[in-house]
Amino acid sequence: MNKINTRNNAQKWLSYRKSPASFLMYLAVNIAAVITICLLLFIVIYILIKGIPHLSPQLFQWLYNSENVSLMPALINTILMLLLSLLLAVPVGIFSSVYLVEYANRGNKMVGLIRITAETLSGIPSIVYGLFGYLCFVIMLHWGVSLLAGAFTLAIMILPLIMRTTEEALKSVPDTYREGSFGLGAGRLRTVFKIVLPSAVPGILAGIILSIGRILGESAALIYTAGSVAQVPTSVFDSTRTLSVHMYVLASEGLYIDQTYATAVVLLIIVVVINALSGFVARKIGREN
Amino acid sequence: MEKFQIENLDLYYDNFQALKQVYLNIPAKEITAFIGPSGCGKSTLLKSLNRMNDLIEGCRITGSARLDGEDIYGDMDINMLRKRVGMVFQKPNPFPMSIYDNIAFGPRTHGIKSKVKLDDIVERSLRDAAIWEEAKDRLKKSALGLSGGQQQRLCIARALAVGPEVLLMDEPTSALDPISTAKIEELASDLKKNYTIIIVTHNMQQAVRISDYTAFFLLGEVIEYDKTEKLFSMPKDKRTEDYITGRFG
Repeated sequence: MNKINTRNNAQKWLSYRKSPASFLMYLAVNIAAVITICLLLFIVIYILIKGIPHLSPQLFQWLYNSENVSLMPALINTILMLLLSLLLAVPVGIFSSVYLVEYANRGNKMVGLIRITAETLSGIPSIVYGLFGYLCFVIMLHWGVSLLAGAFTLAIMILPLIMRTTEEALKSVPDTYREGSFGLGAGRLRTVFKIVLPSAVPGILAGIILSIGRILGESAALIYTAGSVAQVPTSVFDSTRTLSVHMYVLASEGLYIDQTYATAVVLLIIVVVINALSGFVARKIGREN
Repeated sequence: MEKFQIENLDLYYDNFQALKQVYLNIPAKEITAFIGPSGCGKSTLLKSLNRMNDLIEGCRITGSARLDGEDIYGDMDINMLRKRVGMVFQKPNPFPMSIYDNIAFGPRTHGIKSKVKLDDIVERSLRDAAIWEEAKDRLKKSALGLSGGQQQRLCIARALAVGPEVLLMDEPTSALDPISTAKIEELASDLKKNYTIIIVTHNMQQAVRISDYTAFFLLGEVIEYDKTEKLFSMPKDKRTEDYITGRFG
């Protein structure tokens, strides 16, 4: 039997002839979608074509020197930087959002102030964060140009993002869950940790994934604060370069453009892997609920 | 014997007075129904009995409400009050976790950790709420997979699991189909052997079918409060008569 609940092209054409505006709209959305996908594919394919032929063993040597333009130190630094800044920003971000949504009274002046601050902070260009980190952590606190100064700067930079996404995630937890929990005699602490936060995990993770993207892509805020030494650090007070800074330095030196593209390929792979991993974790947690 | 004694209770939401000088004595181990048109304060009074109104900002209560002679708004621990006075909400609100964990949430909150004890409480509560047969093979599955009527009985079981003395039901059947409604009504009539039940309802037939006492609310006042059969057959107040005969509301 033929399916009757579809329309063939002739029928579609007939209805579009009657209303040209819908046809234009149909064209416009399709073209927009195709352009977006093409741009994305173009960038990815371009980087892969330029980069993959130059992925060589020298690129993954432990030491960086003029024979081995190795990205290994930068790769390790990137992961360290990522973990350290998330470790600093995620707990503070989540807890401040819990305060805003679950604890603060509506109409509390602090809440408005914190929200405006967070929104303003998220609009500031990263180079300004870099300058602030340099003046505050590097100079004033005498940490020097270091992994720690870089991680603190990045943490401040991603804090508003984590707060905003967590706040949205907490707000989207239905009030009926909270009522149900309070109604059983659970206090606020138990309600937040056992009912509200578990329901909000997918939204919170989405914010963390976005933050990871910003950390991996950041160069401006790190040049002043974490510097560009291409060595694996021995302490948090050593200067380090992340992959993005590494690419910036290679490209601006102009000597190792091929290796820059190869580095871009590696960065691309890391981003894809991290996104897939966090997507997997989110689905896993989502299914448990 | 009186479970609740409410005296001269006024309740304001900011400047709006939602309850006016309410006096009510609610008997133990009977079903009391609160009826009245929308916005008349019946749910508001219900929520005052386990202090769920505390969660609403700008809510101010004066007067007194006592549970077994003990002042609800005095030194009584609020979480202990809610343990003694359980609540079932208008829309079924199971937590997004397994059926077992839903029921065990309350007992765990109040410090029961032993698996054997929890297993026992879960089974007993589900049996008491007449949903054991439907739920026993899927205790580890998400409670959100149950139908609306099953979810509401699960919520009743969840409320029973902490061992309350009173069950407040806020229009528990308004979101359910007639068959599920009948099951919940039957359940309420069974439960009154052991529990004091107060039910808010829009449905006057429901009040007649299951309640022993009925309070009629209008614009924040208790107009009439009596045995259900008396209130519905010989209302003393003209307004009660108009409402129950369907002239307004």
